[in-house]
Formats: sequence, structure tokens, C-alpha cells
Amino acid sequence: MKNSLNSHTRGELLGIEAHEVCVDYNGTVALYDASLQLKAGSICGLVGMNGAGKSTFFKALMGFIRPSTGTIRINGSSVSKAQRDQIVAYVPQNEGIDCSFPVSVWDVVMMGRYGSMNFLRIPRESDRQAVWHALERVELLELRSRPIGALSGGQRKRAFLARAIAQRASVLLLDEPFSGVDVRTEKLMSELFLQFRNESRTILISTHDLSHVRDFCDLVVLINKTVLAYGETSEIFTKENLTMTFGGMPPDLLSGATSSEDYFQ
Amino acid sequence: MNDLFINVTPLSLILEPLTHEFMRRALIVSALVGGVCGLLSCYMTLKGWALMGDAVSHAVMPGVVVAYALGIPFSIGAFVFGVGSVALIGFIKQKSRIKEDTVIGLVFTGFFALGLVLVSKIKSNIDLMHILFGSPLGISSSDVQQTLIILAVVVAILLFFRRDLMLYCFDATHARSIGINTGMLHYLLLSVLSLAAVAGLQTVGIILVVAMLITPGATAYLLTDRFDRMTYLAIISSVTSSIIGVYISYWSDIETGGSIVLVQTIIFLFAFLFAPRYGILKSHGSTHL
Repeated sequence: MKNSLNSHTRGELLGIEAHEVCVDYNGTVALYDASLQLKAGSICGLVGMNGAGKSTFFKALMGFIRPSTGTIRINGSSVSKAQRDQIVAYVPQNEGIDCSFPVSVWDVVMMGRYGSMNFLRIPRESDRQAVWHALERVELLELRSRPIGALSGGQRKRAFLARAIAQRASVLLLDEPFSGVDVRTEKLMSELFLQFRNESRTILISTHDLSHVRDFCDLVVLINKTVLAYGETSEIFTKENLTMTFGGMPPDLLSGATSSEDYFQ
Repeated sequence: MNDLFINVTPLSLILEPLTHEFMRRALIVSALVGGVCGLLSCYMTLKGWALMGDAVSHAVMPGVVVAYALGIPFSIGAFVFGVGSVALIGFIKQKSRIKEDTVIGLVFTGFFALGLVLVSKIKSNIDLMHILFGSPLGISSSDVQQTLIILAVVVAILLFFRRDLMLYCFDATHARSIGINTGMLHYLLLSVLSLAAVAGLQTVGIILVVAMLITPGATAYLLTDRFDRMTYLAIISSVTSSIIGVYISYWSDIETGGSIVLVQTIIFLFAFLFAPRYGILKSHGSTHL
């Protein structure tokens, strides 16, 4: 099961490659023996319970924590090189943002350009164009001078997606992107994800919202302290795999429940 | 005596104190300290570092005393103890199960107590009241010089790193993911805080310096949704408070530090009540357009 992707990925550019990655925090193991290969240009769901290691894996991809053993390659280069080249963008969940911070939508998207600016972070014309273009793609151009706190949850999500676009990141890490978004945003996000795939960007979506993974993701990675299984969503989303992921509670995808949370009530 | 009252006009209220060297000095130092602390207060309030500001400003006390005793610039002693206290807070928090606010309270009171003990034990010409409550009207010219140097360093750092520090306060994760050294920014902001605390000590004293480091930022935060505008407003309100505070102190013979901070607090209360969008008496139907 673990290596079911090898046949698909051979000869293609790998967006994310993890080889026997272990991460521990002062002796507590957060992730062990995690291996996977995701080709560039895929939309991949990262599914697991709280504490299963989703955010640890994200942190390792962003270079915030160094695996105690194992290696991670992003677009074929090391994590620190990827970090320097601003290849990886993180799109936070709405709860992770200080909504009362005095910045406008334009300012937030401009933050995606900081890494390419000079030391004083003075925007050039090309930076302004990148921000404009990114705001156009997420349909927030008219709201660009609003304070970030005046946006709805869905609009705010789009603003942070625009920041990743302005950054020209080719690997996007999204944390619970579907929570608290409106129908328009959801539709726009699904269109954007397809465009990103065509642009050979790799999108990794951390969530425990199973129905959205089924609808949006080509690939899925199931984790619980390690990579339990990964591959095509249709192959991986089996009852036994999900039971294994969610610790003995088999979520039934056909019952119409919208997230794994429903199964724990 | 009668002449004084006969000749008082609004203009002479402002001009008469300027004939004294000590008042010119006090006004300039207080206004500059106010401006710099006002700028820094934006970062403090947005980062949620009010308690940290209180801790660092108290923790610099033994550093100031030791520096005076050794005859080295007090800014160096303050800097060492300010940053040292934060390092100690981080260490205890990491190595024990005690919650952060408890650790902060514990460390800064410990440092402050050490400062008090040192003042009483070390024979020197340090005036405890001067350190605790500030005395801009009696500031010496060497202290003025040192304060101006500190302020110049703080302003240079804040202007040079202002975008990065803003991003660090808003979204440290993003900053780090694009390769910005957030650990360096963290300690930079702490260092600047320690230096500003020593500068503020000159005007309002250790006990009230935290007000200089949060009140202008809090006032400005209620008045705008733009970071740049927030910094301008914080600086303006802080400088204004310092100048008005020094004048009030001169004319009514009240304690200068208390007078400055009280003016700041009154300005804050006005913003709290009447700020266009976030004041509690705001006109109904205001929108974000």
C-alpha cells in the first residue's frame, strides 16, 4: 500500500519526498518512519486525527523542525534551500490569524513578496503587479483596501491564498482550508486548486474533513504518527484504512456525514 | 507674587518655562523618549507583550545600579539585565511546569528586589526616587547624552526592521517559512525593549515606564486599521502627552512621571469613548468603507 504511488511517479518531478522521517520533541515521538512521494502538480489531502502528526509534518516541510532521522526533499532540493527560495507557502487556518491586526488585504498579500524584496521591503512595480494579479485570481481586488478584520471567513481564506500566489510558491500547505468558508469561496478554491495542478504546483491540504478530501483531492495521505497509507483517493479511502486512521471508529463515507468529527459525538 | 498672576497669558504659560535651561532639557528629552517609546508601543501592543514590557522594565533596575556603581554607562547594565531576565524567563518556562505569566511575574519581581537591595547596600550617589519615579526636570547633561544615543539606536533599529517586525508580530509562521530569521527578530525586539526601558526610566521612572510602552499603542490601535497610521498616531499622542505632562508638572508642582502618564491615560480614555469606529460611543452604522 505504502508504495502504490511509485509506478505513477517514476520519471516525474517529485513535489514532496519524505524518506523514513522521524521527529521527536524532547523524547516524545511525534512522527516515525514516515515516507511518501508526491508528484508535483497534485492535490493531496493529509488526513489524520488531532495529534496524529499533521502539523508536525507541515513544520518539517517548512523547515521549522529538523527530523532526527530521515530526509525530506522539496522539488528535489533540501528543505533549507526550499525555504530560502520561498518554494513553500503556508496558508493558516482562520483561527491562527490575529484578525484585529491593523493591516489591509493588500498589505497581507504584499507580505508574500517580502522574501523577494530588498532588505527594507520596499515594493517595486513588479511586486505590486504580483499582488494585483494574485488578488484578481482570488476575486478580492475590490476589497483590497479593507482591513483584514472586515472580511468574512471565506474572503480571509482567499486573501491568504492570494499571498501564497504572490509568493509564487510551488508547494502550498493549507491548514483546514474548508472550515468556515462560504459556497462562493469553496467553488473558487476548487477552481484554483485545479489551476494550481495545471501549473505543476503541489497542494497539501491538512484536514479531518473527509467529504471535502473526497471531492477535492486526487491523492490522499493517511497519517497517525506515521504514514499509514497514501495514493489515489479512490483506492485509499477504504473503510479499513479510515478505521486504522481514526483509531477504531470507522467513518462511513456514504452516510452523508461531513467530517470525522461527526463520528465522535 | 502678584506680578506673576497679572502677567500670565496663554502664551506666557508656554514661553516662561522655556527660559529655564532645565525645562528646555526636560521637554526635549521627554518628547524624544515619548516619541520613541510611542513607536515601540505599537509593536508591544500588537505582539501582546505588555506583561513582557513590564517585566523587562523592572528587571533593568539592578543593571542600572550595578552600572552606576562600576562607573559604566547605565544603558549597558540595563541591557544586560533586561535581556538576561528574558533569557531566564524562557529557561525556567522550558525547564519547569510553571505557566509563563507566573514565571514572568516571578523573575521580574526577583530582579526588582535585587535592584532595591543593591541600591540600599552599594554606597553611591544613586537616588532611588530618581530611578523609581524619574526626574526629567533634574536630568544631568551626561544622562541626556546617553539617553539621546540610546534613542538613536532604538529608532534606527525600529526603522530598519519595521516591515520585518510588523510581519513577525502579525504572522511569525509565514515570516519564518519565507526564510526570515524570526529568532533574531524576537531578540532584537527584546533588546530594543530593554534599551527603551532605560530611556523611559529617565522621564517617568521604572515603575511607570511600561505605560510609555503600551498606552500610546493602545490609543492608536483604537483609532485606525492601518499599521503605518497607527505608528504615527502613537508617536503623536505620546509626544503630546510628554510635553503637556512636563508643563503641567512645572506649573502645578506635581510629580512629572505621574503627570505624563496621566495625560497619556486621559488621551486613551478619550479614544476609548470617542474613537470613530472602535470607541464605545461611536456613531451607529459606521462601516469599513
